[in-house]
Amino acid sequence: MRVMVMVRANAQSESGQPPGRELLTEMSRFNEELLKAGVMLSAEGLQASSRGVRVRFAGGRSTVTDGPFTGSQELIAGFWLWQVKSLDEAVEWMRRSPFKHGSAEVEIRPILEPEDFACAAGAAAVRGSA
Amino acid sequence: MACTADLAMMSSVAMMAADVKRAIDAVWRIESARLIAHLARLVRNVGLAEELAQDALVAALEQWPRCGIPDNPGAWLMATARNRGIDHLRRERMLSRKHEELGHTLEMEQHMNGSSPESRADDEIGDDLLRLIFTACHPLLSREARSALTLKLLAGLTTTEIARAFLVPEATIAQRIVRAKRTLAEAQVPFELPRRAELRERLSSVLEVIYLVFNEGYSATAGEDWMRPALCEEALRIGRILAELAPGESEVHGLVALMEIQASRLRARLGADGEPILLMEQNRTLWDRLLIHRGLLALARGEALGETRGPYLLQAAIAACHARALTAADTDWVFITALYDELVRLEPSPVIELNRAVAVALAYGPAAGLELADRLAAQGALSCYHLLPSVRGDLLARLGRYSEARGEFERAAALTRNEREIRLLRNRAHRCERGEL
Repeated sequence: MRVMVMVRANAQSESGQPPGRELLTEMSRFNEELLKAGVMLSAEGLQASSRGVRVRFAGGRSTVTDGPFTGSQELIAGFWLWQVKSLDEAVEWMRRSPFKHGSAEVEIRPILEPEDFACAAGAAAVRGSA
Repeated sequence: MACTADLAMMSSVAMMAADVKRAIDAVWRIESARLIAHLARLVRNVGLAEELAQDALVAALEQWPRCGIPDNPGAWLMATARNRGIDHLRRERMLSRKHEELGHTLEMEQHMNGSSPESRADDEIGDDLLRLIFTACHPLLSREARSALTLKLLAGLTTTEIARAFLVPEATIAQRIVRAKRTLAEAQVPFELPRRAELRERLSSVLEVIYLVFNEGYSATAGEDWMRPALCEEALRIGRILAELAPGESEVHGLVALMEIQASRLRARLGADGEPILLMEQNRTLWDRLLIHRGLLALARGEALGETRGPYLLQAAIAACHARALTAADTDWVFITALYDELVRLEPSPVIELNRAVAVALAYGPAAGLELADRLAAQGALSCYHLLPSVRGDLLARLGRYSEARGEFERAAALTRNEREIRLLRNRAHRCERGEL
Protein backbone atom coordinates (compact mmCIF):
# COMPACT_ATOMS: atom_id res chain seq x y z
CA MET A 1 0.00 0.00 0.00
CA ARG A 2 0.99 3.61 -0.41
CA VAL A 3 0.64 6.36 2.10
CA MET A 4 0.97 10.10 2.07
CA VAL A 5 2.80 11.41 5.12
CA MET A 6 1.91 15.06 5.73
CA VAL A 7 3.96 17.24 8.02
CA ARG A 8 2.04 20.04 9.73
CA ALA A 9 3.36 23.53 9.28
CA ASN A 10 4.56 25.49 12.26
CA ALA A 11 5.86 29.00 12.93
CA GLN A 12 9.33 28.02 11.75
CA SER A 13 8.19 26.53 8.45
CA GLU A 14 5.84 29.46 7.86
CA SER A 15 8.59 31.99 8.47
CA GLY A 16 10.18 31.12 5.15
CA GLN A 17 13.54 30.54 6.88
CA PRO A 18 15.29 27.28 6.05
CA PRO A 19 15.29 24.66 8.83
CA GLY A 20 18.32 24.40 11.12
CA ARG A 21 21.40 22.66 9.79
CA GLU A 22 21.19 19.80 12.25
CA LEU A 23 17.61 19.02 11.29
CA LEU A 24 18.50 19.12 7.60
CA THR A 25 21.38 16.68 8.10
CA GLU A 26 19.24 14.34 10.18
CA MET A 27 16.41 14.56 7.66
CA SER A 28 18.83 13.74 4.88
CA ARG A 29 20.00 10.65 6.76
CA PHE A 30 16.41 9.62 7.40
CA ASN A 31 15.49 9.96 3.74
CA GLU A 32 18.56 7.92 2.86
CA GLU A 33 17.33 5.13 5.16
CA LEU A 34 13.90 5.22 3.55
CA LEU A 35 15.52 5.03 0.13
CA LYS A 36 17.70 2.08 1.09
CA ALA A 37 14.69 0.27 2.49
CA GLY A 38 12.77 0.59 -0.77
CA VAL A 39 10.08 2.60 1.04
CA MET A 40 10.66 6.08 -0.34
CA LEU A 41 8.60 7.06 -3.36
CA SER A 42 8.67 10.81 -3.14
CA ALA A 43 9.61 13.59 -0.71
CA GLU A 44 8.91 17.29 -1.08
CA GLY A 45 9.04 20.36 1.10
CA LEU A 46 6.51 23.06 0.44
CA GLN A 47 7.25 26.76 0.48
CA ALA A 48 5.60 28.90 3.16
CA SER A 49 1.92 29.62 2.60
CA SER A 50 2.82 33.25 1.91
CA ARG A 51 4.04 31.95 -1.46
CA GLY A 52 0.81 30.13 -2.25
CA VAL A 53 -2.79 30.83 -3.15
CA ARG A 54 -6.14 29.37 -2.26
CA VAL A 55 -8.91 28.83 -4.77
CA ARG A 56 -12.38 28.60 -3.31
CA PHE A 57 -15.37 27.35 -5.27
CA ALA A 58 -18.89 28.31 -4.21
CA GLY A 59 -22.14 28.60 -6.08
CA GLY A 60 -20.42 28.03 -9.40
CA ARG A 61 -17.91 30.83 -8.88
CA SER A 62 -14.28 30.75 -7.83
CA THR A 63 -12.31 33.19 -5.72
CA VAL A 64 -8.55 33.30 -5.39
CA THR A 65 -6.89 34.40 -2.17
CA ASP A 66 -3.19 35.01 -1.73
CA GLY A 67 -1.36 33.53 1.22
CA PRO A 68 -0.25 33.59 3.98
CA PHE A 69 -2.90 31.55 5.74
CA THR A 70 -1.47 31.82 9.17
CA GLY A 71 -4.78 31.44 10.96
CA SER A 72 -5.24 27.92 9.67
CA GLN A 73 -4.42 24.80 11.71
CA GLU A 74 -4.43 22.62 8.64
CA LEU A 75 -1.39 23.88 6.79
CA ILE A 76 1.09 21.37 5.42
CA ALA A 77 4.80 22.08 5.28
CA GLY A 78 5.85 19.03 3.31
CA PHE A 79 4.97 15.48 2.43
CA TRP A 80 6.34 12.06 1.68
CA LEU A 81 4.88 9.25 -0.39
CA TRP A 82 5.89 5.89 1.00
CA GLN A 83 5.32 2.32 -0.06
CA VAL A 84 4.68 0.22 3.04
CA LYS A 85 3.03 -3.03 3.98
CA SER A 86 0.70 -1.44 6.51
CA LEU A 87 -0.11 1.79 8.30
CA ASP A 88 1.75 0.32 11.26
CA GLU A 89 4.92 0.10 9.22
CA ALA A 90 4.55 3.77 8.30
CA VAL A 91 4.08 4.65 11.98
CA GLU A 92 7.19 2.67 12.91
CA TRP A 93 9.23 4.53 10.28
CA MET A 94 7.87 7.80 11.62
CA ARG A 95 9.04 6.88 15.12
CA ARG A 96 12.56 6.79 13.66
CA SER A 97 12.33 10.20 12.02
CA PRO A 98 14.35 13.25 13.17
CA PHE A 99 11.12 14.57 14.67
CA LYS A 100 11.62 12.19 17.59
CA HIS A 101 14.03 14.73 19.07
CA GLY A 102 11.65 17.66 18.94
CA SER A 103 8.00 18.36 18.39
CA ALA A 104 5.99 17.95 15.23
CA GLU A 105 2.65 16.76 14.01
CA VAL A 106 2.39 14.34 11.17
CA GLU A 107 -0.65 12.85 9.50
CA ILE A 108 -0.43 9.58 7.59
CA ARG A 109 -3.17 8.66 5.16
CA PRO A 110 -3.42 5.62 2.92
CA ILE A 111 -3.75 6.38 -0.78
CA LEU A 112 -6.91 5.16 -2.52
CA GLU A 113 -6.19 2.09 -4.61
CA PRO A 114 -8.35 0.73 -7.44
CA GLU A 115 -9.63 -2.05 -5.14
CA ASP A 116 -11.09 0.69 -2.94
CA PHE A 117 -12.96 2.09 -5.92
CA ALA A 118 -14.12 -1.38 -6.84
CA CYS A 119 -15.42 -1.94 -3.31
CA ALA A 120 -17.28 1.35 -3.34
CA ALA A 121 -18.73 0.65 -6.77
CA GLY A 122 -19.77 -2.84 -5.70
CA ALA A 123 -21.44 -1.52 -2.57
CA ALA A 124 -23.26 1.14 -4.56
CA ALA A 125 -24.44 -1.45 -7.06
CA VAL A 126 -25.78 -3.63 -4.27
CA ARG A 127 -27.59 -0.68 -2.71
CA GLY A 128 -28.98 0.34 -6.09
CA SER A 129 -30.36 -3.09 -6.88
CA ALA A 130 -31.88 -3.64 -3.42
CA MET B 1 -18.61 -7.27 40.03
CA ALA B 2 -15.12 -8.66 40.24
CA CYS B 3 -15.58 -10.84 37.15
CA THR B 4 -16.65 -7.93 34.98
CA ALA B 5 -13.75 -5.80 36.18
CA ASP B 6 -11.32 -8.66 35.44
CA LEU B 7 -12.82 -9.14 32.00
CA ALA B 8 -12.61 -5.43 31.32
CA MET B 9 -8.97 -5.33 32.34
CA MET B 10 -8.16 -8.46 30.35
CA SER B 11 -9.80 -7.02 27.28
CA SER B 12 -7.96 -3.72 27.65
CA VAL B 13 -4.71 -5.64 28.12
CA ALA B 14 -5.63 -7.72 25.07
CA MET B 15 -6.30 -4.58 23.06
CA MET B 16 -2.99 -3.09 24.11
CA ALA B 17 -1.31 -6.35 23.24
CA ALA B 18 -2.95 -6.28 19.79
CA ASP B 19 -1.58 -2.77 19.19
CA VAL B 20 1.86 -3.84 20.35
CA LYS B 21 1.65 -6.97 18.22
CA ARG B 22 0.98 -4.87 15.13
CA ALA B 23 3.82 -2.55 16.03
CA ILE B 24 6.12 -5.56 16.48
CA ASP B 25 5.03 -6.86 13.08
CA ALA B 26 5.99 -3.48 11.63
CA VAL B 27 9.39 -3.60 13.34
CA TRP B 28 9.89 -7.13 11.98
CA ARG B 29 9.06 -5.95 8.50
CA ILE B 30 11.73 -3.27 8.75
CA GLU B 31 14.43 -5.18 10.63
CA SER B 32 14.16 -8.89 9.85
CA ALA B 33 16.21 -9.02 6.65
CA ARG B 34 19.07 -7.01 8.12
CA LEU B 35 18.95 -9.09 11.27
CA ILE B 36 19.05 -12.41 9.43
CA ALA B 37 21.78 -11.10 7.15
CA HIS B 38 24.03 -10.06 10.01
CA LEU B 39 23.46 -13.30 11.90
CA ALA B 40 24.11 -15.32 8.75
CA ARG B 41 27.51 -13.76 8.46
CA LEU B 42 28.26 -14.61 12.09
CA VAL B 43 27.05 -18.21 12.10
CA ARG B 44 27.62 -18.86 8.39
CA ASN B 45 24.35 -20.69 8.05
CA VAL B 46 21.26 -19.02 6.69
CA GLY B 47 18.85 -21.51 8.28
CA LEU B 48 20.36 -21.10 11.72
CA ALA B 49 20.41 -17.32 11.27
CA GLU B 50 16.70 -17.32 10.59
CA GLU B 51 16.03 -19.49 13.63
CA LEU B 52 17.99 -17.13 15.87
CA ALA B 53 16.14 -14.16 14.43
CA GLN B 54 12.80 -15.89 15.04
CA ASP B 55 13.88 -16.59 18.64
CA ALA B 56 14.50 -12.89 19.07
CA LEU B 57 11.07 -12.13 17.65
CA VAL B 58 9.45 -14.52 20.11
CA ALA B 59 11.32 -12.82 22.95
CA ALA B 60 10.07 -9.44 21.72
CA LEU B 61 6.49 -10.70 21.58
CA GLU B 62 6.85 -11.84 25.17
CA GLN B 63 8.59 -8.80 26.63
CA TRP B 64 7.62 -5.70 24.67
CA PRO B 65 3.93 -5.79 25.61
CA ARG B 66 5.11 -5.46 29.22
CA CYS B 67 8.11 -3.16 28.88
CA GLY B 68 7.11 -1.18 25.79
CA ILE B 69 8.84 -1.07 22.46
CA PRO B 70 12.53 -0.19 22.90
CA ASP B 71 13.92 3.03 21.42
CA ASN B 72 16.16 1.06 19.11
CA PRO B 73 14.17 -2.08 18.34
CA GLY B 74 16.69 -3.30 15.76
CA ALA B 75 19.54 -3.24 18.26
CA TRP B 76 17.42 -5.02 20.87
CA LEU B 77 16.55 -7.82 18.45
CA MET B 78 20.16 -8.11 17.36
CA ALA B 79 21.49 -8.32 20.91
CA THR B 80 18.88 -10.93 21.83
CA ALA B 81 19.59 -13.00 18.73
CA ARG B 82 23.31 -12.85 19.33
CA ASN B 83 22.88 -14.05 22.90
CA ARG B 84 20.81 -16.97 21.65
CA GLY B 85 23.52 -17.57 19.09
CA ILE B 86 26.23 -17.66 21.74
CA ASP B 87 24.19 -20.12 23.80
CA HIS B 88 23.74 -22.28 20.71
CA LEU B 89 27.43 -22.21 19.89
CA ARG B 90 28.38 -23.10 23.47
CA ARG B 91 26.11 -26.13 23.28
CA GLU B 92 27.65 -27.05 19.94
CA ARG B 93 31.11 -26.69 21.44
CA MET B 94 30.24 -28.98 24.33
CA LEU B 95 28.77 -31.56 21.97
CA SER B 96 31.45 -31.28 19.33
CA ARG B 97 34.43 -33.57 19.40
CA LYS B 98 36.13 -32.72 16.15
CA HIS B 99 39.07 -30.40 16.51
CA GLU B 100 38.31 -28.28 13.41
CA GLU B 101 34.69 -27.85 14.34
CA LEU B 102 35.77 -26.81 17.82
CA GLY B 103 38.04 -24.17 16.42
CA HIS B 104 35.28 -22.95 14.15
CA THR B 105 32.67 -22.62 16.85
CA LEU B 106 35.14 -20.88 19.18
CA GLU B 107 35.90 -18.43 16.42
CA MET B 108 32.22 -17.78 15.89
CA GLU B 109 31.71 -17.22 19.60
CA GLN B 110 34.45 -14.63 19.56
CA HIS B 111 32.84 -13.00 16.56
CA MET B 112 29.51 -12.83 18.35
CA ASN B 113 31.03 -11.46 21.52
CA GLY B 114 33.13 -8.97 19.64
CA SER B 115 30.71 -7.28 17.29
CA SER B 116 28.43 -4.76 18.89
CA PRO B 117 25.10 -3.97 17.19
CA GLU B 118 25.32 -0.21 17.67
CA SER B 119 28.70 0.22 16.05
CA ARG B 120 27.94 -1.37 12.70
CA ALA B 121 28.57 0.87 9.77
CA ASP B 122 25.96 1.28 7.08
CA ASP B 123 28.33 -0.36 4.59
CA GLU B 124 28.58 -3.49 6.71
CA ILE B 125 24.83 -3.75 6.94
CA GLY B 126 24.57 -3.25 3.21
CA ASP B 127 27.16 -5.89 2.44
CA ASP B 128 25.44 -8.42 4.68
CA LEU B 129 22.09 -7.76 3.06
CA LEU B 130 23.64 -8.16 -0.36
CA ARG B 131 25.17 -11.47 0.71
CA LEU B 132 21.76 -12.61 1.90
CA ILE B 133 20.13 -11.70 -1.41
CA PHE B 134 22.77 -13.61 -3.37
CA THR B 135 22.49 -16.61 -1.05
CA ALA B 136 18.70 -16.78 -1.14
CA CYS B 137 18.84 -16.61 -4.95
CA HIS B 138 21.64 -19.14 -5.34
CA PRO B 139 21.51 -20.96 -8.71
CA LEU B 140 21.79 -24.31 -6.86
CA LEU B 141 18.16 -23.84 -5.87
CA SER B 142 15.19 -24.19 -8.19
CA ARG B 143 13.35 -21.00 -9.21
CA GLU B 144 10.43 -21.86 -6.94
CA ALA B 145 12.77 -22.48 -4.03
CA ARG B 146 14.61 -19.22 -4.65
CA SER B 147 11.35 -17.26 -4.79
CA ALA B 148 10.02 -18.77 -1.58
CA LEU B 149 13.30 -18.34 0.30
CA THR B 150 13.72 -14.75 -0.91
CA LEU B 151 10.23 -13.78 0.14
CA LYS B 152 10.73 -15.46 3.51
CA LEU B 153 14.15 -14.04 4.35
CA LEU B 154 14.13 -10.71 2.55
CA ALA B 155 10.52 -9.62 2.54
CA GLY B 156 9.75 -11.18 5.92
CA LEU B 157 6.59 -12.77 4.57
CA THR B 158 5.12 -15.68 6.50
CA THR B 159 4.80 -19.11 4.95
CA THR B 160 1.03 -18.57 4.88
CA GLU B 161 1.36 -15.32 2.96
CA ILE B 162 3.76 -16.85 0.45
CA ALA B 163 1.44 -19.82 -0.08
CA ARG B 164 -1.53 -17.54 -0.72
CA ALA B 165 0.52 -15.44 -3.09
CA PHE B 166 1.57 -18.42 -5.22
CA LEU B 167 -1.70 -20.32 -4.93
CA VAL B 168 -0.05 -23.43 -3.50
CA PRO B 169 -0.62 -25.22 -0.19
CA GLU B 170 1.24 -23.90 2.82
CA ALA B 171 2.93 -27.26 3.37
CA THR B 172 4.44 -27.06 -0.12
CA ILE B 173 6.03 -23.70 0.61
CA ALA B 174 7.24 -24.86 4.03
CA GLN B 175 8.88 -27.88 2.41
CA ARG B 176 10.44 -25.81 -0.34
CA ILE B 177 12.02 -23.52 2.24
CA VAL B 178 13.28 -26.34 4.45
CA ARG B 179 14.79 -28.16 1.47
CA ALA B 180 16.35 -24.97 0.15
CA LYS B 181 18.09 -24.29 3.44
CA ARG B 182 19.28 -27.88 3.61
CA THR B 183 20.65 -27.72 0.06
CA LEU B 184 22.59 -24.57 0.88
CA ALA B 185 23.94 -26.06 4.12
CA GLU B 186 24.91 -29.39 2.56
CA ALA B 187 26.66 -27.70 -0.34
CA GLN B 188 28.35 -25.49 2.25
CA VAL B 189 27.54 -22.42 0.22
CA PRO B 190 29.69 -19.69 1.71
CA PHE B 191 27.95 -16.55 2.92
CA GLU B 192 29.95 -14.31 0.60
CA LEU B 193 29.57 -11.89 -2.23
CA PRO B 194 30.21 -13.61 -5.55
CA ARG B 195 33.62 -13.07 -7.12
CA ARG B 196 33.88 -10.74 -10.10
CA ALA B 197 34.02 -13.64 -12.51
CA GLU B 198 30.76 -15.12 -11.25
CA LEU B 199 28.98 -11.87 -10.61
CA ARG B 200 27.11 -11.65 -13.91
CA GLU B 201 25.67 -15.13 -13.62
CA ARG B 202 24.83 -14.83 -9.92
CA LEU B 203 23.22 -11.43 -10.44
CA SER B 204 21.18 -12.76 -13.31
CA SER B 205 19.91 -15.47 -10.96
CA VAL B 206 18.81 -12.79 -8.48
CA LEU B 207 17.13 -10.60 -11.08
CA GLU B 208 15.31 -13.60 -12.53
CA VAL B 209 13.74 -14.35 -9.14
CA ILE B 210 12.71 -10.76 -8.48
CA TYR B 211 11.10 -10.45 -11.92
CA LEU B 212 9.39 -13.83 -11.53
CA VAL B 213 7.80 -12.67 -8.27
CA PHE B 214 6.78 -9.39 -9.92
CA ASN B 215 5.13 -11.11 -12.88
CA GLU B 216 3.33 -13.52 -10.63
CA GLY B 217 1.78 -10.49 -8.96
CA TYR B 218 1.19 -8.65 -12.23
CA SER B 219 -0.72 -11.59 -13.67
CA ALA B 220 -3.13 -11.69 -10.74
CA THR B 221 -6.71 -11.22 -11.83
CA ALA B 222 -9.35 -9.17 -10.07
CA GLY B 223 -11.03 -10.93 -7.18
CA GLU B 224 -8.03 -13.10 -6.38
CA ASP B 225 -6.37 -13.01 -2.96
CA TRP B 226 -4.88 -9.56 -2.37
CA MET B 227 -1.55 -11.19 -1.47
CA ARG B 228 -1.06 -11.75 -5.19
CA PRO B 229 -0.91 -8.16 -6.48
CA ALA B 230 1.06 -7.43 -3.30
CA LEU B 231 3.83 -9.49 -4.91
CA CYS B 232 4.43 -6.59 -7.30
CA GLU B 233 5.09 -4.34 -4.33
CA GLU B 234 7.40 -6.86 -2.69
CA ALA B 235 9.39 -7.36 -5.89
CA LEU B 236 9.64 -3.61 -6.44
CA ARG B 237 10.79 -3.13 -2.88
CA ILE B 238 13.52 -5.76 -3.12
CA GLY B 239 14.56 -4.39 -6.49
CA ARG B 240 14.80 -0.84 -5.14
CA ILE B 241 16.80 -2.05 -2.15
CA LEU B 242 19.15 -3.91 -4.50
CA ALA B 243 19.59 -0.79 -6.62
CA GLU B 244 20.88 1.08 -3.58
CA LEU B 245 23.10 -1.83 -2.53
CA ALA B 246 24.58 -2.39 -5.98
CA PRO B 247 24.29 0.97 -7.74
CA GLY B 248 27.06 0.08 -10.18
CA GLU B 249 25.10 -2.73 -11.82
CA SER B 250 23.19 -1.42 -14.82
CA GLU B 251 20.94 -4.47 -15.15
CA VAL B 252 19.63 -3.92 -11.61
CA HIS B 253 18.52 -0.42 -12.59
CA GLY B 254 17.14 -1.90 -15.78
CA LEU B 255 14.99 -4.38 -13.89
CA VAL B 256 13.78 -1.73 -11.44
CA ALA B 257 12.93 0.59 -14.33
CA LEU B 258 11.05 -2.20 -16.08
CA MET B 259 9.06 -3.04 -12.95
CA GLU B 260 8.26 0.59 -12.11
CA ILE B 261 6.93 1.20 -15.62
CA GLN B 262 5.02 -2.06 -15.79
CA ALA B 263 3.53 -1.34 -12.37
CA SER B 264 2.45 2.08 -13.62
CA ARG B 265 -0.09 0.26 -15.79
CA LEU B 266 -1.63 -1.82 -12.99
CA ARG B 267 -4.76 0.30 -12.81
CA ALA B 268 -5.28 0.29 -16.56
CA ARG B 269 -4.61 -3.31 -17.40
CA LEU B 270 -7.91 -4.92 -16.40
CA GLY B 271 -11.32 -4.14 -17.83
CA ALA B 272 -14.60 -3.96 -15.94
CA ASP B 273 -15.16 -7.63 -16.79
CA GLY B 274 -11.80 -8.49 -15.24
CA GLU B 275 -10.28 -9.31 -18.63
CA PRO B 276 -6.83 -7.99 -19.55
CA ILE B 277 -6.68 -4.93 -21.83
CA LEU B 278 -3.87 -4.74 -24.39
CA LEU B 279 -1.31 -2.03 -23.83
CA MET B 280 -2.28 -0.23 -27.03
CA GLU B 281 -5.90 -0.09 -25.93
CA GLN B 282 -5.39 0.96 -22.31
CA ASN B 283 -6.71 4.23 -20.93
CA ARG B 284 -3.45 6.09 -20.45
CA THR B 285 -4.93 8.57 -17.99
CA LEU B 286 -4.93 5.64 -15.57
CA TRP B 287 -1.19 5.14 -15.93
CA ASP B 288 0.57 6.13 -12.71
CA ARG B 289 2.76 9.11 -13.55
CA LEU B 290 4.85 8.87 -10.39
CA LEU B 291 5.86 5.32 -11.21
CA ILE B 292 6.58 6.25 -14.81
CA HIS B 293 8.77 9.10 -13.57
CA ARG B 294 10.60 6.75 -11.22
CA GLY B 295 11.00 4.21 -14.02
CA LEU B 296 12.49 6.78 -16.37
CA LEU B 297 14.88 7.90 -13.62
CA ALA B 298 15.99 4.32 -12.98
CA LEU B 299 16.47 3.80 -16.72
CA ALA B 300 18.62 6.92 -16.95
CA ARG B 301 20.63 5.75 -13.97
CA GLY B 302 21.29 2.40 -15.63
CA GLU B 303 22.20 3.92 -18.97
CA ALA B 304 24.46 6.51 -17.34
CA LEU B 305 26.78 3.69 -16.26
CA GLY B 306 27.83 3.57 -19.89
CA GLU B 307 27.96 -0.19 -20.33
CA THR B 308 26.46 -2.12 -23.21
CA ARG B 309 22.78 -2.45 -22.43
CA GLY B 310 21.71 -5.83 -21.12
CA PRO B 311 18.28 -7.45 -21.61
CA TYR B 312 16.57 -5.80 -18.63
CA LEU B 313 17.79 -2.35 -19.56
CA LEU B 314 16.64 -2.89 -23.15
CA GLN B 315 13.21 -4.13 -22.09
CA ALA B 316 12.99 -1.13 -19.78
CA ALA B 317 13.90 1.18 -22.66
CA ILE B 318 11.11 -0.37 -24.74
CA ALA B 319 8.66 0.06 -21.86
CA ALA B 320 9.83 3.65 -21.52
CA CYS B 321 8.97 4.33 -25.16
CA HIS B 322 5.40 3.33 -24.47
CA ALA B 323 5.35 5.23 -21.19
CA ARG B 324 6.45 8.45 -22.91
CA ALA B 325 3.74 8.25 -25.57
CA LEU B 326 0.76 10.27 -24.35
CA THR B 327 -1.49 8.39 -26.74
CA ALA B 328 -1.04 5.12 -28.58
CA ALA B 329 -0.62 7.05 -31.83
CA ASP B 330 2.38 8.91 -30.37
CA THR B 331 4.39 5.71 -29.93
CA ASP B 332 7.86 5.88 -31.47
CA TRP B 333 7.87 2.50 -33.22
CA VAL B 334 11.09 3.18 -35.11
CA PHE B 335 12.97 3.59 -31.84
CA ILE B 336 11.26 0.53 -30.37
CA THR B 337 12.28 -1.50 -33.43
CA ALA B 338 15.92 -0.47 -32.96
CA LEU B 339 15.72 -1.59 -29.32
CA TYR B 340 14.21 -4.93 -30.31
CA ASP B 341 17.01 -5.38 -32.85
CA GLU B 342 19.48 -5.09 -29.98
CA LEU B 343 17.44 -7.27 -27.66
CA VAL B 344 17.04 -10.04 -30.21
CA ARG B 345 20.82 -10.21 -30.62
CA LEU B 346 21.17 -10.77 -26.83
CA GLU B 347 18.15 -13.02 -26.35
CA PRO B 348 17.14 -14.60 -29.64
CA SER B 349 13.88 -16.08 -28.38
CA PRO B 350 11.00 -16.59 -30.84
CA VAL B 351 8.64 -14.59 -28.63
CA ILE B 352 10.95 -11.59 -28.69
CA GLU B 353 11.35 -12.05 -32.45
CA LEU B 354 7.58 -11.95 -32.80
CA ASN B 355 7.33 -8.76 -30.74
CA ARG B 356 9.96 -7.32 -33.03
CA ALA B 357 7.95 -8.28 -36.09
CA VAL B 358 4.97 -6.37 -34.68
CA ALA B 359 7.14 -3.32 -33.98
CA VAL B 360 8.68 -3.48 -37.48
CA ALA B 361 5.22 -3.60 -39.02
CA LEU B 362 4.14 -0.53 -37.12
CA ALA B 363 7.36 1.31 -37.92
CA TYR B 364 7.97 0.27 -41.53
CA GLY B 365 4.68 -1.12 -42.80
CA PRO B 366 2.96 -4.50 -42.74
CA ALA B 367 5.04 -6.03 -45.54
CA ALA B 368 8.28 -5.60 -43.60
CA GLY B 369 6.69 -7.08 -40.49
CA LEU B 370 5.20 -9.98 -42.40
CA GLU B 371 8.61 -10.92 -43.79
CA LEU B 372 9.86 -11.46 -40.23
CA ALA B 373 6.69 -13.25 -39.14
CA ASP B 374 6.88 -15.58 -42.16
CA ARG B 375 10.47 -16.42 -41.28
CA LEU B 376 9.38 -17.32 -37.76
CA ALA B 377 6.55 -19.50 -39.03
CA ALA B 378 8.98 -21.31 -41.33
CA GLN B 379 11.23 -22.09 -38.36
CA GLY B 380 8.30 -23.81 -36.65
CA ALA B 381 9.37 -22.67 -33.20
CA LEU B 382 6.06 -21.09 -32.25
CA SER B 383 3.82 -23.74 -33.77
CA CYS B 384 1.57 -23.93 -30.69
CA TYR B 385 1.55 -20.22 -29.90
CA HIS B 386 -1.69 -18.57 -31.06
CA LEU B 387 -0.13 -15.11 -31.26
CA LEU B 388 2.00 -16.00 -34.28
CA PRO B 389 -0.91 -16.79 -36.65
CA SER B 390 -2.82 -13.94 -35.02
CA VAL B 391 -0.08 -11.46 -35.93
CA ARG B 392 0.30 -12.93 -39.42
CA GLY B 393 -3.44 -12.70 -39.93
CA ASP B 394 -3.44 -9.04 -38.95
CA LEU B 395 -0.56 -8.18 -41.26
CA LEU B 396 -2.03 -10.13 -44.20
CA ALA B 397 -5.35 -8.33 -43.75
CA ARG B 398 -3.58 -4.97 -43.77
CA LEU B 399 -2.03 -5.96 -47.09
CA GLY B 400 -5.45 -6.79 -48.49
CA ARG B 401 -4.74 -10.53 -48.58
CA TYR B 402 -8.04 -11.35 -46.90
CA SER B 403 -8.49 -15.02 -47.68
CA GLU B 404 -5.03 -15.90 -46.36
CA ALA B 405 -5.66 -13.68 -43.33
CA ARG B 406 -8.90 -15.50 -42.59
CA GLY B 407 -7.08 -18.84 -42.55
CA GLU B 408 -4.55 -17.49 -40.07
CA PHE B 409 -7.22 -16.15 -37.70
CA GLU B 410 -9.03 -19.51 -37.76
CA ARG B 411 -5.74 -21.26 -37.01
CA ALA B 412 -5.07 -18.86 -34.12
CA ALA B 413 -8.56 -19.41 -32.67
CA ALA B 414 -7.91 -23.14 -32.64
CA LEU B 415 -4.65 -22.74 -30.70
CA THR B 416 -6.07 -20.86 -27.72
CA ARG B 417 -8.53 -21.87 -25.02
CA ASN B 418 -9.30 -18.38 -23.79
CA GLU B 419 -12.98 -17.73 -24.63
CA ARG B 420 -12.58 -14.02 -25.12
CA GLU B 421 -9.59 -14.45 -27.41
CA ILE B 422 -11.43 -17.07 -29.45
CA ARG B 423 -14.34 -14.65 -29.92
CA LEU B 424 -12.04 -11.83 -31.00
CA LEU B 425 -10.14 -14.03 -33.45
CA ARG B 426 -13.30 -15.54 -34.98
CA ASN B 427 -14.66 -12.01 -35.28
CA ARG B 428 -11.62 -10.97 -37.29
CA ALA B 429 -11.93 -14.05 -39.47
CA HIS B 430 -15.55 -13.07 -40.29
CA ARG B 431 -14.50 -9.53 -41.12
CA CYS B 432 -11.89 -10.94 -43.51
CA GLU B 433 -14.69 -12.84 -45.26
CA ARG B 434 -16.36 -9.50 -45.85
CA GLY B 435 -13.12 -7.98 -47.06
CA GLU B 436 -12.84 -5.76 -43.98
CA LEU B 437 -9.92 -5.10 -41.69
